[in-house]
Order: sequence, then structure tokens, then C-alpha cells
Amino acid sequence: MDLLRFTTAGSVDDGKSTLIGRLLYDTKSIFEDQLEAVEDASNRRGEGYVNLALLTDGLRAEREQNITIDVAYRYFATPRRKFIIADTPGHVQYTRNMVTGASTAELAIVLIDARHGVLTQSKRHGFIASLLGITHVLVAINKMDLVDWSEDVFDRITEDYAEFAQKLGVEDLTFIPISALKGDNVVDESEHMPWYHGSTLLHHLDHVNIGSHRNLVDFRFPVQYVIRPDQDYRGYAGRVASGTIRSGEEIMVLPSGQRTVITSVDTFDGPVEEALTGDSVALTTADELDISRGDMIVRPLNLPIVATEIDAMLCWMSDEPMQGGTQYWFRQTTREAKAFISRVVYRIDVDTLHREDVEAFEFNDIGRVQIQTASPIFFDRYEMNRETGSFILIDPHTNNTVAVGMIRGTVRSAEKLAEQLREATTVEREASPDVVWEGWNVPLEVREEKNGHAAAVVWFTGLSGSGKSSIARELEQALFAEGCRTMLLDGDQVRHGLNGDLGFSPDARKENIRRVGEVANLFYLQGNIVICTFVSPFQVDRERARALFPEGRFIEVFVDTPLEECERRDSKGLYARARKGEIEQMTGISSPYEAPETPEIRVETVGREVADVVHEIRLVIDEVVRRGGAAHP
Amino acid sequence: MREVAAQFERPVLLFSGGKDSILMVHLAEKAFAPAKIPFTLAHVDTGHNFPETIEFRDRLVERVGAQLYVGSVQESIDSGRQKEEEGPSPSRNRLQIVTLLDTLAVLNADVALGGGRRDEEKARAKERFFSHRDRFGQWDPKNQRPELWNIFNGRKAKGEHFRVFPLSNWTEMDVWQYIEAEGIDMPSLYFSHRRNVVERDGVLLAESEFNSLMPGEAWSERTVRFRTIGDSTCTGATESTAATLDEIIAEVSAARVTERGGRHDDKHSEAAMEDRKKQGYF
Repeated sequence: MDLLRFTTAGSVDDGKSTLIGRLLYDTKSIFEDQLEAVEDASNRRGEGYVNLALLTDGLRAEREQNITIDVAYRYFATPRRKFIIADTPGHVQYTRNMVTGASTAELAIVLIDARHGVLTQSKRHGFIASLLGITHVLVAINKMDLVDWSEDVFDRITEDYAEFAQKLGVEDLTFIPISALKGDNVVDESEHMPWYHGSTLLHHLDHVNIGSHRNLVDFRFPVQYVIRPDQDYRGYAGRVASGTIRSGEEIMVLPSGQRTVITSVDTFDGPVEEALTGDSVALTTADELDISRGDMIVRPLNLPIVATEIDAMLCWMSDEPMQGGTQYWFRQTTREAKAFISRVVYRIDVDTLHREDVEAFEFNDIGRVQIQTASPIFFDRYEMNRETGSFILIDPHTNNTVAVGMIRGTVRSAEKLAEQLREATTVEREASPDVVWEGWNVPLEVREEKNGHAAAVVWFTGLSGSGKSSIARELEQALFAEGCRTMLLDGDQVRHGLNGDLGFSPDARKENIRRVGEVANLFYLQGNIVICTFVSPFQVDRERARALFPEGRFIEVFVDTPLEECERRDSKGLYARARKGEIEQMTGISSPYEAPETPEIRVETVGREVADVVHEIRLVIDEVVRRGGAAHP
Repeated sequence: MREVAAQFERPVLLFSGGKDSILMVHLAEKAFAPAKIPFTLAHVDTGHNFPETIEFRDRLVERVGAQLYVGSVQESIDSGRQKEEEGPSPSRNRLQIVTLLDTLAVLNADVALGGGRRDEEKARAKERFFSHRDRFGQWDPKNQRPELWNIFNGRKAKGEHFRVFPLSNWTEMDVWQYIEAEGIDMPSLYFSHRRNVVERDGVLLAESEFNSLMPGEAWSERTVRFRTIGDSTCTGATESTAATLDEIIAEVSAARVTERGGRHDDKHSEAAMEDRKKQGYF
């Protein structure tokens, strides 16, 4: 039977425990003796109804404080599915428990009190859920009975939260108006809200299509234990973290890099043909290699990232603050290595999602760090693979788990950047050897003469949100209106078509700009004023594009808008998503922007009208364009 | 199970004779095949066990070829480390704590595997898979390590140890369905049979040399089975005709009382389990 694990979160008094009690009670998962105990307790407290919250508030201390203080697990089943609830507290200090509960969940229920609307707490829960890779969020708007079952209230909260959740990139967002206390829309449909036509909460849980968050493609087998009953048998036991493996397949062992072939996939009931993601098996190999716990068995053509410098989102779980220079144990899959935190990049204020500069993390802090490990770690990015992309840090003195993390990738080393800059000094055009260059049918000079203006390339560079496109559009309109032949090449537009196959890795960015440069050149040779708007963060790549054009015809315009301002504008919502770790290589946040040192034009935009900026740019452009063919020697 | 074998040096599997611990032995066999179970089995014998339990235990141990150590509550009492409860059905549940800790000390165990499940009782709902115990075997519910994904931290200082609960996320239903799917042999006590019992505080206690009648009570023969198996002075039977696994599964799915509802000792107070856990009970 299907299993769905979900986490619940809500502020104190949002009625979370009541909701869970209601789910258990209405699905008949509560036994009579438990119910009797709760009835007794309710009576003792002088409550006029059965306090369902008492069903779930396990420990005595929290019963005394009337709050849940830890993650509690509950179980219930319907004929369709089994459910495991990770019930986490809404109390301010307990971000760490939220994170814990979310780590194994596929869906999150965010509870909102209809009387109070969207509070920072509800946002925090949504943020943490998405940070931990939960793509299904169910927003239960509770206590509808206390707002007269008002559709307006429901609509307003839905709108508020949807706007916020958009920034998180939640794939599946569902809103349900409920009353946990009265049972409306939890298991049974409400009679009080005829305006609501969606599913009840349980119906949704029962039917929601949970695309497995498991990675079924990349075979990763962390060796957990070596089974060696006698000299003849040596089995490497573990659980398939992702992907599949069959006997006869070639494998590689990390860190040694040795290759061999799987001879059998063994279980208690005998050998099996194939092991799938999540299966616990023992593998035997053709050659006797030195394989031990902490090694990883993979396919030679599908390797994880191997690195000692790790870029990660970290949540600090300990009362003791982070200590610079302290060595921790870094534990990921079955592997363990000494490690230290080499840099705190930023902390995220989980209520506002703003980034903050801090020296070290304290209890409940979440943010981005760089970690240096003493020996190589084999991993995938967390968003690609939860199993191999997650880790914990253990304090070697107390042995406590002090932090948990999600890997974003490797730290881009300073050396790499330096190397790229060296490349920049030797820009050369590579030609395909078999292509014979015929020359253009109608020479550029002839076109320019007919057009009445010179051709040129105006290259806008700057951060996302700096205002490149707005300025470029107005510029083109003005030039076109004056009878110029123009062409606008826009980053987003090109990425949808010509460069739809490219991502945002440094290599892909390089190729993106190379192609754009070539396309710009074609339009240029047609006599156009080609206006290009691309973030184009790397000096190397811009220089490469510049090299395609004659001196003086490539006008680099640096739209110099501070990052803070770009983030504030965030017209495409990209920064919010990037800060949340959803966008891998966001220029300015997780990927560098190299400002041009000597652009033809540098403009500022803060507090200025677009027309004003365009005017400033035209002072230079008009000069070039009117010069006509003068640039051609 | 493999994490325990890999992270600890002297693991012990706590064997109560109940279905959960039988299931644990089965899982251990699966985890380490074709090798033998790398755990010592330890049974804390209250001296009040049903004879069926002991027979079953001995047969199982012989089959899997594991080491068995029996810690005796009777010995703890005889040596003056414990004092017997008084009354008509003296529970030795509390007394098990001292014997359990003694047993772990004798075996020099750094970890003990138990069959505890989170669905059994409210205080257990927050238990970790890897549960840290201090030098005195005590559990501090406010100072447990966070446990995320499938990463388990079994690091500890000398003298401390762990309790590990591989079945944490199983429910009673899961246990029975798994027993059926894997064809695991179970003691006859779990299946319906005729037996002399007496009803006391809503619990059916079985006739044995350790349970005596209170004034006004009488034994009566009924058709019963046990949902949990433990000390015969506190483990209640339920009236049932379920004689096969299928019938048990059907019964469990319709059940309206928890397994522990048949545990006389849990009724002592609402926070009984929590208190026992803090002292070192499983």
C-alpha cells in the first residue's frame, strides 16, 4: 500500500494538535482506551468538549506548558494509503524541529488561523518546507467557524499566501477551509461552506499525486557494512540510495576509482536480478577490492560530485553557537570526515527571507556556508538527490548533532576564476576547418549607405532586475521611430529558442554568450543596430563577443544598479527563489558578477526615469551611428 | 540493524519473547545473511513469563545460532538489589529496569536494540531511532539528538550507551502484515485458545502460579488470545476467536483498544510510560 509522509506546522494555537486529533478520531485511528483517557483529562480541565489536542500532546512537560515541544510521529491509515505524520511545533524557538519533521516528508500542511491571516510563522513554515525539498504544500485555513464560515476571509488569505508561496516555487499549492474543532472539511464535507467545492483535507491527502522525490536515475550505493562470514564470501551491504543496479554491470568504487563488475545482488531469500532505489541488499564483485564502510559504489559513466569544498545550506540545531575553526564530524550517507566551516556566506531571516551578514550561526539559524572536509565527499546536489545531498555535523566533544545541511554544490574556487581571466587575454575565433568563407553577397558598407546609418552593437550588461530590458526597449523604439534598422536580442527570448538547451553553469553561460555574439554579428552585418540585453556576468565572455566586431562598433553599456535595489525590484521573482536555494546559479547571489572595468557607457538607474537614461546612452550611440562607415578602415 | 552493527562494538538485541522482538530477530537474519546475527540476544526474565514464551525463545535461539544471555529479575531480588511489589498481581515491570541495566553492564553492551514502536504509546511517539542514554541508563526527552533523513548519529562517550528502535515507524498492523508476508513463526499465545482468566480493572489476567485471586474473584475459562506478551502478572488477554494470521489481521484492523490497553501496568498513571522510560525502561 501507498505510504504518504507529511509534516504539520502551525503557530501556537492554530489548532494543529486538534487537527491531528480530528484526523485520527475521524479515521477511527483512535482507540477507545486513548479516547477515554482524553475524555477524563478534558473533564478534569473543565472543558465542555473532548479536547482532541490531548490525543497528540505526548509528553508531560508540554502538557503543562500547553505547547508541543518536539517532533512527534503519528500513524493512521485509510483504505487507500498509510500515513505518517511528523507533528512539529509552531513555537518560535523550534525551527530545528520543523526542519527535522520536514526532512522525511513529501507534503507539508501549513495551518493558518482564519482570524489572524497569514503570519510570519506561516511563511516560515512554508519556507522551511521548500528548503527541505517539499514541493506539495497544503494550506489549511482553520477556525473557519470563528469567522462565520466567510468566503471573503478564505479568499483573502488564499491570495496573500499564494503571493508569498510563488517566491518559494512550490509546485503544488492547495488551500482548504476547515474547522478542526467541529470537523468541517477535515474528513467529512462541511455543511457550513457551500461556496467551497474542493476536496476535504483527508480526501486530498488520500489522492494527491506524490511524484516520488527519490532519484531513480543516478545509481548511488553507499557501503554500510561488509558481510564476511567466511573466506569465500564478501558482500558489501547497504541500501540503494538512488537508481538501480543489476548483476553483470560494471561499477566504480569511490574514492579509489577502481572498477569491477557486480557478480550478484544478494538478499536473505537468495540472489535477485536487480536492486531498486530503497532496497537493502548485499553486492558481491568479480575482483576482490578493498571496499569498506563509507565508500560509494557507482557507475563509471554516472559519477557523483567528488569534492572537499562544499557549498551548503545549513541549519544550526544546537544551543551552543557555531565556533569558527572548530572541527566537526561531517556525516553524509555512511561516510564521515573531519570538517570545519570555512566561511559563513549569509544567514537567512526566515520570516522576511532577507539575507544577513553574520559571523557565526546560533540555535535555529539557517543560512549558507562553505565547508572544508579533510577527505573527499561523494555527493549530489540536495535538490537532485536527498539521500546523497544531505549531511549532519557532529560536535566531536559532546557527540551531539549540532547542525544539518543540504548541499548546493562545490565552492567555486578562486583559482578557477583566475584561470578564466587568463583565458580572456587570448581570445581567438575558432573556425570549422571544412567551411569555406565566401563573403557576404551584399557588403555591409553598401547596406549602411542605403540605411543612412552605421551598424553597431549595443551590449547591455548588468544584474537581473537592473533595468537593462526596460532601457533597451525604449532605446530601440526611439531609434526605430527615427527610421533606423534595429534588432533587439533579449536574454529571456534567446533562452527560450536558440539557447533553450543551455543551463546556467559557467560553461553554459559561456556558450550562451558565444552564440548570442555570433547571432548579433549576423544582424550587424545586415546593417542593423543590434541591441543585446544579457546579464553576461563574466568579463571573459563579453570580451569574446566584443572581439567579433570592429573597433568602435561594440558599445558596452553597464547598467550599474546595486544588488539590493535589483532584489527589491525582483520583477521576475528570481531573487526570492535564489535565496531559497531554488535557482542554482543566480548571478549576484550564488554566482559572481564581474563588473566591466572600462565600459563605453556606465549608467545608474536608482531614482531615475527610463527616458532619462536612454537619453544619456544616446549621446554616445548617436555619435557612433552617425560616424557611419568611418570605423571601417 | 546494519547501522548498529557498523557504528557500535558490542550490540545486544533485547528479546522479550513478544512478536516485535521475534520480528527483530528475523530482520537481523535478513540484514546479515549469509552471516550470522552479530548481536547477543538478551532476555530480561521476570520469572513470571508464560512457559510458552521460554520454549519458543529457546527454539528460536538455537535455530539462528545466536548467543543468549538471560538476566533474571528473581536473581536481582534474591541479591537484594530489588524489592518485590506486594499484592495480588505483583508487577515486575518496574523491577525489570534494574535487571536490564545490570544485564547491559554484564554484557558490556554499548547499544541495545529494542522492538519499541512509536504507535504504542504517546510518550513513545517522540522517541528517536537512535536514542541516547546517559551513564545511568536514563533518557532525557528534552535532550535527544535531532534525527534527519536516514542519517543516524551513534557517537557517544565512554560508559554511555544507546537504545535503538528499528521498528519505530511500524504500527501493530504493519507488524502483523509483515509476519504474514514473510511467514514468520509466532508463539501459540498470540492465537486464540481456551484459558482460565480473571477479569480485573477491565483486564483479563491469566491463571498462573504468579497471579492470585482477590476476595470475590473466580477463574473462568474463556476463548482468548494475547495481543502482547510479557510478564504474566500484567499482560492481559483479550477475548478472541482469531486463530490464524488472517483472522488476527482482520481483528487488529477492527480493534478499538490499543495493545497496551491490555497492559495493566500502564494504567497506573497517565504518564506511567514516560516515567519508566526516564528511568531506563524500554
